[in-house]
Amino acid sequence: MTFIIKNLPILIVITPLMFSLIVAVLSNNRLAWILSTFASFLTMIFSILLCFELSNNSNISYYLGNWPPPLGIEYVIDKVSIIPIIIVSVIGFIATLYAHNFFILEIDRNLVSKTYSLWLLTIAGLMGLITTADAFNLFVFLEISSLSAVALVALGSKMDRKALIAGYNYLILGAVGATFYVIGVGLLYGVTGTLNMSDLAQKIPALGLNKSVIVAFTFMMLGIMVKAAVFPLHIWLPNAYAYAPSPVSVLLAATATKVSIYILVRISYTIFGPSYEIYTFESLRYVLLYLAILAMFAGTIMAIFEKDVKKLLAHSSVAQIGYIVLGISLATSPGIASGFIHLINHALIKAGLFMSVVAMGYYTLKRIDVNSITGLGRQVPITFFAFVICALSLAGLPLTVGFISKLYLIKAAFMSEGIWLPFLILVSSALSLIYIWKLIEGLWYNKTNSKSEKIKELPEIYIPLLIISFLNIYFGIDADLIIDNSFIASDALISGIK
Amino acid sequence: MDNIILKVCTKVLFTPIILFGLYVQFHGDFGPGGGFQAGVIVAAAFILYAMVFSVEDCKVIMPPKLNFFLLALGAFLYGFVGIVGLILGDPYLSYDVLGSSKEAGQHIGILLVEFGVGLTVCNVMISLFYSFANFNFGKKNND
Repeated sequence: MTFIIKNLPILIVITPLMFSLIVAVLSNNRLAWILSTFASFLTMIFSILLCFELSNNSNISYYLGNWPPPLGIEYVIDKVSIIPIIIVSVIGFIATLYAHNFFILEIDRNLVSKTYSLWLLTIAGLMGLITTADAFNLFVFLEISSLSAVALVALGSKMDRKALIAGYNYLILGAVGATFYVIGVGLLYGVTGTLNMSDLAQKIPALGLNKSVIVAFTFMMLGIMVKAAVFPLHIWLPNAYAYAPSPVSVLLAATATKVSIYILVRISYTIFGPSYEIYTFESLRYVLLYLAILAMFAGTIMAIFEKDVKKLLAHSSVAQIGYIVLGISLATSPGIASGFIHLINHALIKAGLFMSVVAMGYYTLKRIDVNSITGLGRQVPITFFAFVICALSLAGLPLTVGFISKLYLIKAAFMSEGIWLPFLILVSSALSLIYIWKLIEGLWYNKTNSKSEKIKELPEIYIPLLIISFLNIYFGIDADLIIDNSFIASDALISGIK
Repeated sequence: MDNIILKVCTKVLFTPIILFGLYVQFHGDFGPGGGFQAGVIVAAAFILYAMVFSVEDCKVIMPPKLNFFLLALGAFLYGFVGIVGLILGDPYLSYDVLGSSKEAGQHIGILLVEFGVGLTVCNVMISLFYSFANFNFGKKNND
C-alpha cells in the first residue's frame, strides 16, 4: 500500500486516464458506466488521501520518471492546488454517478461508452492541469481537457443540432486560448531556458523588465482568460453549457472554468508573482478588476432576459466567474481567500442548479424554458426542493454557502477598495434575485389551470442531487473547513511573493 | 479505380511498407525514427490499399472495431508501462526497474512505450481516414 501513498499525485491523474482507455472499447453501456463511476470514485479516494497526506507536509513534490526538475516534469501538490483537486474529484464522482440515465437518453446507444471515455479523459485532463508544475505539461493537459470537452459538447447534437455550432465555437476559441498560452510559454522558455514553474519564478527576476517576459505574461494570461470565460472572452460559454448533453453541462459548469481560474492564479502569483510584483498586481487590478465588475453585471443582465433555463444558468455562471475573479484581482490575502471560497461554493451551487434543471428536463422530456415551466415544481417536489436550495444559495441567502462567499467577498472588497465596490457587488446580487425569483415563481405557481400529475422521481437522479443540496446547506452553516483552507491557500500564495 | 498495374503494385508494396515501418519503429532507439513516424508509415500502407482497392476492402483487412481497439490499446500500453514501474516501487514512467540492469530497463521501457505510440498513431491515422472516407459530402441534400 505504501506505493499508493507515495504515488498519489500521479494516481489522481492516471486513474481516470487509464480507465478512459478501457471504457472506450467496451460495448456494454451499463458496464462502461459502472467502470467510470468506479474510476471517479477511486480518484476521489486518492484525492482525499492526498488531503490527509498534505496535512503533514507543506507540499508534496513528485518527479515523473525519476527525472529531477528542472529537466523532468514535476508534479506539485500544495495547500493551494488541493482545493481544486477536491472540487474536481468530488463533483466528478457525483456527476458520474448521476450521468447514466441522461447519456442513455441523449446520446446514440453505440456512442455511450465512448462518451464515458471522453468524460473520464476530461476529468483526467483537469486533474493534470491542477497537479502539474511544468508550464508546457500544463498546455498538454489543457488540450486534453478542452478537446475532450469539445467532443462532449458536440455530442449534444442528437437532442439539438445547435450543439455542433456550440462545440465548434468552443473548439476555435479554446484553440486560440491554448495557442496564446503556448506562445507565452515559448517566449518564456526562450529567455529563461526552463519550463518548471518554481524555476521560472526564480529566473524571471534576473531579467528585469524584459519585453519578452512582459509579452509572455500577457499572452499566457489572455489565453487562460479565454479558457476561464472571463468577460468579455466568455462568448463560447453560454452555448456550450446550454446545448451540451445534460451531465456534461453539470461537469463543465462546476469544474472546467474553476480549474482555469486556478491556473490564472498560478500564473499571476506563482510564476510571475515574486518578480513582477508591481507589474502583475497593476494588471490584475486595472484589467481584471474592471473586467470582473463588468462580468458581474453583464452576466446577470443577460441571465434576466434569457428564456432558456440552461442558458440562463450559463449566463449566471459568467457573472459568478466575475465574483471569483474580482476576489482574486484584489491581490490581498482576504481577497484571494474570498475568491477561493466562492470557487468552491460556486462549484457546489452550479452543480446543484444544473443537476436539478436537467433532471426536470429528463422527467418532462423537453428543453426547460422559462415559459414552459409553469407548475412543474409541484410535479417534481424533490427536484424542486433541491433547486430552491441551490437557487437561494446562488442569491446568497444566509445559512447557504452563497451567503458565506458573498460575506467574505464584500469584506475583502471593503478592506481594499472602500465602499463603492461592496455597493456594486450588492447591486448585482440584488439583480440576480430577479432571475432566480422568475424561475422559482414559474416553477411553483401554476397559472394555466391544467391538471398536473405527479411525476415519479427516480432515486438515482435525486439522491446525488440531494447530496449536493445538503452540502450547500452544510457548508453554509459550518463553513470553517472551506474558509480555513481558502485562507491557508491565499496566505501560501501571498507569502510566496513576499 | 480499376487499374491492374496499380493493384499489382499495391499488393507488392503493401508488406514492404509495413516492414519499413517496423524498421523505423525499432530503429528509434538508436537513431532517427520512433513511434510517430513508424505509425504514420504503417498507416500509409493501409490508406494506399484503401485508395487503390476500396474503403470496404480495407475494412476487411482492418475492421473499424479492431482499429478502435488497437487505438486504445496503444495508449493503454504506454500508460501501463508507467504503472508497472510504479508498482515495482519507482515513480510513474521510470523504466529503471523494468530490466535486470538500469540500461536494460531503460531499453525495455522505451521500446514498449514507443510501440504503444506507434500502434496508436497508426490506428488514429486509419480511423481518421475511415471517418473522412465515410463522410457523405453534401449527399444528404440530394435525397
